[in-house]
Amino acid sequence: MLWACILLPQLALDSVLRGRDDPQAPLVLLSGPAQRRVLQAVNPAARALGLRAGQSLSTAQALASSFTCVEHDPAAVEQLQQLLAAWAYQFSSQVSLHYPRTVLLEVESSLGLFGPWPLFEARLRKELGELGLRHRIVLASNPVAARMLANAHDGLALNDAQATRAALAQMPVDRIGLPVEAATALSRMGLRDLGQVLGLPRDTLARRFAASVQVHLDRLLGLRPMALACYRPPDRFEARLELNFDVESHQALLFPLRRLIADLAAFLASRDGGVQRFTLHLEHARGVATPVVVGLLAAEREAGMLFELARGRLEQLSLPAPVRSVRLVADDLPAFVPQPGELFNARPQQQQGWEQLRERLRARLGDESVRAVQAFADHRPECAWQAAGGAPPLARAPGGPPRPGWLLAEPQALAPEGLRLLAGPERIESGWWDGGDVRRDYYLVETPAGQRGWAYRPLGEGGPLWLQGWFA
Amino acid sequence: MGAVVSLDGLLDERRVWKGRPLAQPRGLQPTGHAALDAVLPGGGWPPGALSELLLAAEGAGELHLLWPSLARLTASGERVVLVAPPFIPYPPAWLAAGVDLRWLSLIQASRVEALWAAEQCLRSGSCGAVLCWPQQVDDRALRRLQVAAETGQTLAFACRPQQAALNPSPAALRIAVDLHPAQWRVLKCRGGLAPATPIAMAGRG
Repeated sequence: MLWACILLPQLALDSVLRGRDDPQAPLVLLSGPAQRRVLQAVNPAARALGLRAGQSLSTAQALASSFTCVEHDPAAVEQLQQLLAAWAYQFSSQVSLHYPRTVLLEVESSLGLFGPWPLFEARLRKELGELGLRHRIVLASNPVAARMLANAHDGLALNDAQATRAALAQMPVDRIGLPVEAATALSRMGLRDLGQVLGLPRDTLARRFAASVQVHLDRLLGLRPMALACYRPPDRFEARLELNFDVESHQALLFPLRRLIADLAAFLASRDGGVQRFTLHLEHARGVATPVVVGLLAAEREAGMLFELARGRLEQLSLPAPVRSVRLVADDLPAFVPQPGELFNARPQQQQGWEQLRERLRARLGDESVRAVQAFADHRPECAWQAAGGAPPLARAPGGPPRPGWLLAEPQALAPEGLRLLAGPERIESGWWDGGDVRRDYYLVETPAGQRGWAYRPLGEGGPLWLQGWFA
Repeated sequence: MGAVVSLDGLLDERRVWKGRPLAQPRGLQPTGHAALDAVLPGGGWPPGALSELLLAAEGAGELHLLWPSLARLTASGERVVLVAPPFIPYPPAWLAAGVDLRWLSLIQASRVEALWAAEQCLRSGSCGAVLCWPQQVDDRALRRLQVAAETGQTLAFACRPQQAALNPSPAALRIAVDLHPAQWRVLKCRGGLAPATPIAMAGRG
């Protein structure tokens, strides 16, 4: 394996500078308690004024007056590191933030896709440059060596363990990540570089130094593997868009919505996943945010479709108050399984699959609007078309006398005039066990108009026939 | 008199339009009723077009007419969508008619939304047949359905009361379903003359 180490020596400063439109102006980062403000980092223009990192603010103000002070923000730096890891993740599946201000990525398996290393490196440098980050890149055969060589080199590319060892041998002992006291002890022994240390017999080194020194040297040479915590993209998507004005209509919300959903789709594509459910929070100036839940039956990730669905839900909503900002949260991110399409489709105009159509209809008409029709083994007509208690649906028609194709939602009393009884009675007596007791005599009747109906009379009662279905 | 012009030459120049009827492939969408197939121009439902069923009363005869086609479509894995039917489809009867319920979907919608849903279903091209029950619709709504059916190459069926038979309609096929006597009358069929004699409804005494 080959590991590339991208060292960002001035990450904190760069994270501030990339957001400013005048990066050439003198600027210093401040840290420390209010009583003793210290310059954490200075940019080249500030250094030219004589300012140095570690100076106190009062000293700096005595030296120069025209520089900008910015508070050091560790959270922003951490966020930038996560962004960098996500950026590096597009080049390699093994990305680690093990060392601070450093991105380690395994590149040997990516070389086939991103070209030979010089091209790959040029691309990394170009994109880092666009992000506005100063960097050093070193390629070595193990991650620890890559990190330590980056202390002294930039652009070094070592393709095997031997070359790595040779380059490491030239490194001074205080630059290879050894504990400070060990490095001091070694230099006091007259050992200047790692080559001399490696020349020592292993047992004497082990006797004189702590075990961690030997472990570190072994890791440096790749003799002992090191477990790195690899970066994993987050399992959750959250994005927020602040609107510059109060929005009172749906139409004006569509544009920010489109941007948010495009971000979501890019995120899903990088995860190779889909989204099944996401929530839009419409935040108002005061009061709680209005949630708009967009649920899908199957995972999807196509931006256009997600936008159409969210739009369908949004249009149904009446806004209680002007919207100030929109937040999109997606927690339910299952794997995306594309629907198989047919290569030779019978119908040429097959633009939209049934799944997409179903989601579209559900988005506008409501979640329960699209139903499957299922038959259940129950003699009671009102129970045969809706699941009573998790019974499995029938796949074949139950035998017996003919049944009507249409069922009335509520039975209607039939006027007895001109009614002809064609068949019957057929008794249906069922449901005594679940409280829906039914005891009826069913008849096939024909109305004066010629319609055939299915009507019943409750057992033991006189009165009219109750129409329950039509033989259409 | 000018030079003698050969008739074949004139025809080859295509300056003379000949009213040759377009040869329609027969039997693409058979209705499943032999007597009806025999009189319809395409040997069945007009493919990719709207067919109007004009019923004497609600729930009277449309399923008997459509079930064979729906059974054939669902058996070949085409989806059949019922958009806002006036009654509940009773599954045992549909199963007995040979309809594969896995391919049958039901959409519940209000009267206005039903037209939109039917148009979406037709336009998407992912359904084999779409049944709808438009109530008091005008010419324009029916034309939209007809255009959507053409776009998606889907069979569209609109069940309407027989009073609507007097109004003109953009549907490619109009069939009136009578109960007394039980018969079908083809009122209009695109691509041919409507047969003058009614067709006795088979399988219903």
